[in-house]
Amino acid sequence: MDNIIIQTRRLNLYYGTFHALTDIDIDIEARKITALIGPSGCGKSTLVRVFNRMNDLIEGVSVTGDVRVQGAEIFRPDADLIELRKRVGMVFQRPNPFPLSVSENITFGLEIHRSRPRQEFGVVVEEALRSVLLWDDLKDRLKGSALGLSLEQQQRLCIARVLTMKPEIILMDEPCSALDPIATLRIEELMRELKKQYTIVIVTHNMQQAARVSDYTAFLYLGEIVEFGETKQIFTAPRQKRTEDYITGRFG
Amino acid sequence: MERHFERELEGLKTMLMKMASMAEDNYHLGIRSVLEKDKKLAELTDVRVDALEMEIDNAIVDILALQKPVASDLRLIIAAQKINNDLERISDHAVNIAQSALTLADSPHIMSMMNIPTMAERTRAMLRDSLDAFLYLDPEKARAVCKQDDQIDDMNRSNARDVIGLIGAKTLPVEEALDLIRVSRNLERVADLATNIAEEVVFLTQARNIKHHAEEHRPR
Repeated sequence: MDNIIIQTRRLNLYYGTFHALTDIDIDIEARKITALIGPSGCGKSTLVRVFNRMNDLIEGVSVTGDVRVQGAEIFRPDADLIELRKRVGMVFQRPNPFPLSVSENITFGLEIHRSRPRQEFGVVVEEALRSVLLWDDLKDRLKGSALGLSLEQQQRLCIARVLTMKPEIILMDEPCSALDPIATLRIEELMRELKKQYTIVIVTHNMQQAARVSDYTAFLYLGEIVEFGETKQIFTAPRQKRTEDYITGRFG
Repeated sequence: MERHFERELEGLKTMLMKMASMAEDNYHLGIRSVLEKDKKLAELTDVRVDALEMEIDNAIVDILALQKPVASDLRLIIAAQKINNDLERISDHAVNIAQSALTLADSPHIMSMMNIPTMAERTRAMLRDSLDAFLYLDPEKARAVCKQDDQIDDMNRSNARDVIGLIGAKTLPVEEALDLIRVSRNLERVADLATNIAEEVVFLTQARNIKHHAEEHRPR
């Protein structure tokens, strides 16, 4: 594997006294899709939230070990969290558009960060909506409320909102769990398009989704990475019995 | 709790073992018809094998479409599909051998083809071992089968040379000569298919493709 964009070594994470992640060593390759799978409570969402330090928002969290994004240790004392979260965007389980218009959702981050002049906002909105294949559907409804969109459109809008911050990495925590199967497949197609420019790490309960869309898969269990490898290897010939049992549904 | 899917896989394995048993039976009958010059046995057909092959094919399509198997389950389905096809062809070869027995039943020359009984017995053992390897998921037994295929190929070539010699010496009618070659050739094909089954067992149990000596050319 070359072109590593995220690397962890001996990463341990505790919620108070609960040991949620144990000795995680993982290398995430740039411009690939890496899926994290495992049963509920295995630590996959916790791990993905380490990569942009979203766990910092939870009281009592402590982290040891080394986590590097683009070579820089993200837990160093002088780490710039705002800069980190611009570089490492996040899409959540339920679409969470702001109760604003479609275009205001896109430009919200730009307003906050003042990263682009206002006169460019029109171009930014169009670019962002085009990149998530929403432009044709929404170009006449830019001032309409984002809350009036279908769930799939809302999730695409949330992805577009992340893209305006020009991230390198997009973290997706169960991005399709609120969507129907057809919308799910369309979001997966979008992910394949996005990986030409971005690195994607996706947490999913849907193993078929991991198999369909990802290049690499990590199987987590009880806070440890049991197996990490190319997705086609994991789903045809896993090396660990626990992986085999989980993906074939024989777990527990 | 046993899953519905596991019961389906067990059902598939049971059908495949039945198919194996029928193909093996046909092989025995085909060989006996030649070696014992038994014209009655030579009226062998494989309609039941063909019907079961289609039934297994349909079951495999259903499992693939409805269960979307992965990992060892996926490898089992893929191996089962190929083994099913191999067994049907083994049965076809048995029928071919039996058809030749009709010509050879009246021929005094069969016993001069001393390789045929040995070849038939070794091929039978290869087939038995490849099916045992599948039943007991034994990759070592499967690999041992693969190593025997070259000997059968050599016997087949040796038989062809012998027959050509007999034709040259005008001691063997051409029609009988062709049937002797046909029997030998069909035995050699059965050994090839037993080897295929053994290769599928290695794929199933060890996730390795050893066809065409792949491991010797590209060590993994």
